[in-house]
Amino acid sequence: MHNFEFVKPGTISDAVAALGGEEAQALGGGQTLLPTMKQRLAAPTTLVSLSGVGEMVGVCTNDAGEICIGGATTHAQVQAETASSYPGLSGLAGQIGDPAVRNRGTIGGSLANNDPAACYPSAALGSGATIVTNTREIAADDYFQGMFTTALDEGEIVTEVRFPVPMAANYQKFVQPASRFALTGVFVAKYASGVRVAVTGASENGVFRWSEAEAALSSSFTADAVKDLSVPADGMIGDLHGTPDYRAHLVKVMTGRAVTAAQ
Amino acid sequence: MPKDSGIGASPKRREDVRFLTGKGQYTDDINIHGQAYAHFLRSEVAHGTINGIDTSAAASMPGVVQILTAKDFEGVGGVPCGWQVTDRHGEAMQEPKHPVLAEGKVRHVGDPIAMVIADTLEQARDAAEAIDVDITELEPVMDMKAAIKDGATKVHDDLISNLCYDWGFVEENREAVDEAIKSAAHVTTLELVNNRLVANPMEPRVAVGDYAPGTDDYTLYTTSQNPHVIRLLMGAFVLGIPEHKLRVVAPDVGGGFGAKIYHYAEEAACTFAAKQCGRPVKWTSSRSEAFISDAHGRDHVTKIELALDADHKFTAIRTDTYANMGAYLSTFAPSIPTWLHGTLMAGNYTTPLIYVNVKAVFTNTTPVDAYRGAGRPEATFQLERVIDKAARELGVDPADLRRKNFIKPDQFPYATPVAVEYDTGDYDATLDKGMEMIDAAGFEARAAESKAKGKLRGLGIAHFIEACGIAPSNLVGQLGARAGLYESATVRVNATGSISVMTGSHSHGQGHETSYPQVVAEMLGIDESMIDIVHGDTSKTPMGMGTYGSRSIAVGGSAMVRATEKIINKAKKIAAHLLEASEADIELKDGAFSVAGTDKSVAWGDVTLAAYVPHNYPLEDIEPGLEETAFYDPSNFTYPAGAYICEVEVDPETGKVDVLKFVAADDFGNVINPMIVYGQVHGGVAQGIGQALLENCAYDENGQLLSGSYMDYTMPRADDLPMFDVDHSCVTPCTHNPLGVKGCGEAGAIGTPPAIVNGVIDALHRAGHTHVSHIDMPLTPARVWAAMNG
Ligand SMILES: Cc1cc2nc3c(=O)[nH]c(=O)nc-3n(C[C@H](O)[C@H](O)[C@H](O)COP(=O)(O)OP(=O)(O)OC[C@H]3O[C@@H](n4cnc5c(N)ncnc54)[C@H](O)[C@@H]3O)c2cc1C
Repeated sequence: MHNFEFVKPGTISDAVAALGGEEAQALGGGQTLLPTMKQRLAAPTTLVSLSGVGEMVGVCTNDAGEICIGGATTHAQVQAETASSYPGLSGLAGQIGDPAVRNRGTIGGSLANNDPAACYPSAALGSGATIVTNTREIAADDYFQGMFTTALDEGEIVTEVRFPVPMAANYQKFVQPASRFALTGVFVAKYASGVRVAVTGASENGVFRWSEAEAALSSSFTADAVKDLSVPADGMIGDLHGTPDYRAHLVKVMTGRAVTAAQ
Repeated sequence: MPKDSGIGASPKRREDVRFLTGKGQYTDDINIHGQAYAHFLRSEVAHGTINGIDTSAAASMPGVVQILTAKDFEGVGGVPCGWQVTDRHGEAMQEPKHPVLAEGKVRHVGDPIAMVIADTLEQARDAAEAIDVDITELEPVMDMKAAIKDGATKVHDDLISNLCYDWGFVEENREAVDEAIKSAAHVTTLELVNNRLVANPMEPRVAVGDYAPGTDDYTLYTTSQNPHVIRLLMGAFVLGIPEHKLRVVAPDVGGGFGAKIYHYAEEAACTFAAKQCGRPVKWTSSRSEAFISDAHGRDHVTKIELALDADHKFTAIRTDTYANMGAYLSTFAPSIPTWLHGTLMAGNYTTPLIYVNVKAVFTNTTPVDAYRGAGRPEATFQLERVIDKAARELGVDPADLRRKNFIKPDQFPYATPVAVEYDTGDYDATLDKGMEMIDAAGFEARAAESKAKGKLRGLGIAHFIEACGIAPSNLVGQLGARAGLYESATVRVNATGSISVMTGSHSHGQGHETSYPQVVAEMLGIDESMIDIVHGDTSKTPMGMGTYGSRSIAVGGSAMVRATEKIINKAKKIAAHLLEASEADIELKDGAFSVAGTDKSVAWGDVTLAAYVPHNYPLEDIEPGLEETAFYDPSNFTYPAGAYICEVEVDPETGKVDVLKFVAADDFGNVINPMIVYGQVHGGVAQGIGQALLENCAYDENGQLLSGSYMDYTMPRADDLPMFDVDHSCVTPCTHNPLGVKGCGEAGAIGTPPAIVNGVIDALHRAGHTHVSHIDMPLTPARVWAAMNG
């Protein structure tokens, strides 16, 4: 690890100001950034810790009934505090990494990083969440722009994520055996307006919505409804742990299981 | 009633108190005043010519003490290989030079190019980034079969080819085997890969070199399974330091699994550099470095043919194996696919004709050497897989086919056609025990339950044998070992009766500090707490060969028995003197010496005190003191064997395999500490399940390691494993060592992989996927799914 300065502001505006400095970088739980720095693959001059920004930590419900999660809220806290208000989301948070990772890693860090195998992106996209930053509100449909790529600008931070609460939802994660990130994970959420299906881990373009399944499930919310659909293997990730064909197959299997579990 | 001390008791492991409370003293815990830190700049490419190394900018960076490259090691020997294999034509294997730091060429990702020594590790790493290495990349040699074709790019320009050796065993049987296969009633053929593994001990390798200019003494602290072997190899072959000037200490070592047997370049570099720069030099491997610099294991590609007669008796076995050596020959690499593999190809069976061909090949990958089991898992895997396949092809029960071909108890000692003689065994007993433990009779009902849940259940059977207690020195000498493989023990009885036992074996998880005192205490009839084990320091223990190949209790324990017998003999003489009786009448029981048939006795402590305060002592007959050393050289290997049986469940939608039940019924001969033996089997089974389902060291075609971290290399975790049911009540004691012990350290890693794969294939066949005759390990969900849908 190279040397760096460390600052721990208490407000969003101080954090944003600190991030304006040369080669400054936000630090959430450090579960992605610190290993990268230890490998000397990243070398920010200043780390701006967000964990002391009180207004970015915690879970509440707003007047519209949306669940609002501060950008620096840990996975463990989300798991605990949405257990009754949004069990599908709580279940997803509880499947991220191990207890140490969940006690440090944050929702803002995960969404900013947008790892193609991360869990949260599927919940945000599958719920049609709103990503709130220090400057604007971004619809999940516009936010995820491919592997490790988001709509965030330089120095922009995720301060809050707002989740509309569905009638039923579930996340099915088929783990990559080594990392236990998602080899393929599917988040299914049923709203009055229709069903959303978001897939993570599978595509070379990162998290995506499986619109065919959404249409089928919107007319019949049963595993059977997706039984005869298929996802093209084109554009799926192929690596040591699974071929594109295998991942395409898993998308369907996990979607069916998520629907069954959501009932 | 179970014993609470001595042989057969299960006292808790005394070493665990310090390990579990963070009080262990590992090599990285050793910090010497003034020590500097080393970082190795390693090759990022698999194969390339080094045109130049510019260290000038790096040398002037803050904190830099010294930067060493190959030219600083001129006059220093290469890293030696400890075993020379002779090929089918009587020629010595091809043996390339293995320089301490890359000379002219880099040959695998991780090959060390420069050693940067600085006041702090971070400064050393900073400076390493400033070194400019000019490398022209060459085509990497990756595929073993392509590597030995004419005109293939060579890993070592000065060798004739990439073929290290072409070994045939038993060469004289070659034609007879061909003939037997040609005329057989049935031949089952199987092609398979024994997947490359990374050992991954919990503690990565560490070396601290120290030099005392006042006395010209060197000390190396290192994470080794065999400090004396390192002293000999490094002192005599690399640095030219005589033994009396070189001390090697391997303190608490956090797991080895084979990967810490070998002498590594970093050990020599740190020792050498300590004198060069006048400061102790410490290197601690990072986990990432361990993946590319610790010797890997396995990596065989094999075709095996099993011939059977009309009565289903095995008539011949022929195997054709390509064994990956990696870029250089690691210490014992050549012996693994040959003498530790070919000699086990008879398994538990009476096959009369066997021919094993092994082509060892150099590739641009990290060197490959022994990993838990070493050669024996590769032999067992092929054999137990091909037998299962044969049973399926012939429509017979796989357990019955094994029983039909087992060597029977009245056939021992049994000379196999592959040069070894099994002393004892009862394979029907272990297989029957295993089948009972798994409740084979209830399998069909459980399979029906799985089916009702949409899952496919299979029963996987394997029976293994291994050769442990390595090894008779004269025999291994004939086979090419450049070392003897005896073990040593010094029993030092102190004046007040406590005992320090110095052993040349080394504990790095095996629990020696607990088991060995049980043996000595049993012999002397004194309390185990009076006995401590000293190991891991060449300045304290007699020359010994260390711990691997399940040899510690069989060879090291036997040495301890011999030394303790000498102690008893001398102590009896002293007791006879004190009791004014004849030595022949002295009996040792419960820690006291008595005169047979009388109530006259003298306590252990009185005898030991007399030995060191010899006021009333037979000085004219014996010397004072009570300390004896024995070197034990075994007359044969030991042959543990056992049944490894499992039930697996396959999820047909995803291909995921769950191991639901796992039983092991082993014959380890006599057992010293059953609890420790359970633990050894548990660990071995976990590693075996790791190899079968999870672990895969994979390279891409450019020689880049695809599984270079735990993000991609799957270690087995507790939730991947079922509860294990382990038994060692089937006992045929070893006939040729004093304890009747056989060794248990590797059994789990040997017996488990074929059991798991056989179980998965069984599950698929029962569900109608009869086109799947084999799946290569690891049986990841993706591979199982692809096989089912292929
Ligand atoms: C062993 C292990 C297992 C894991 N398993 C999983 C898993 O199963 N599923 C899964 O989804 N993830 C997994 N993760 C990743 C984990 O969830 C991380 O917490 C997450 O990816 C990053 O969050 P963080 O808060 O740690 O971010 P950091 O590592 O601190 O930062 C990551 C990136 O985001 C930026 N950043 C951080 N916070 C913000 C913010 N509020 N606004 C804008 N940018 C920000 C940083 O500058 C950096 O670029 C695992 C991690 C580990 C170490």
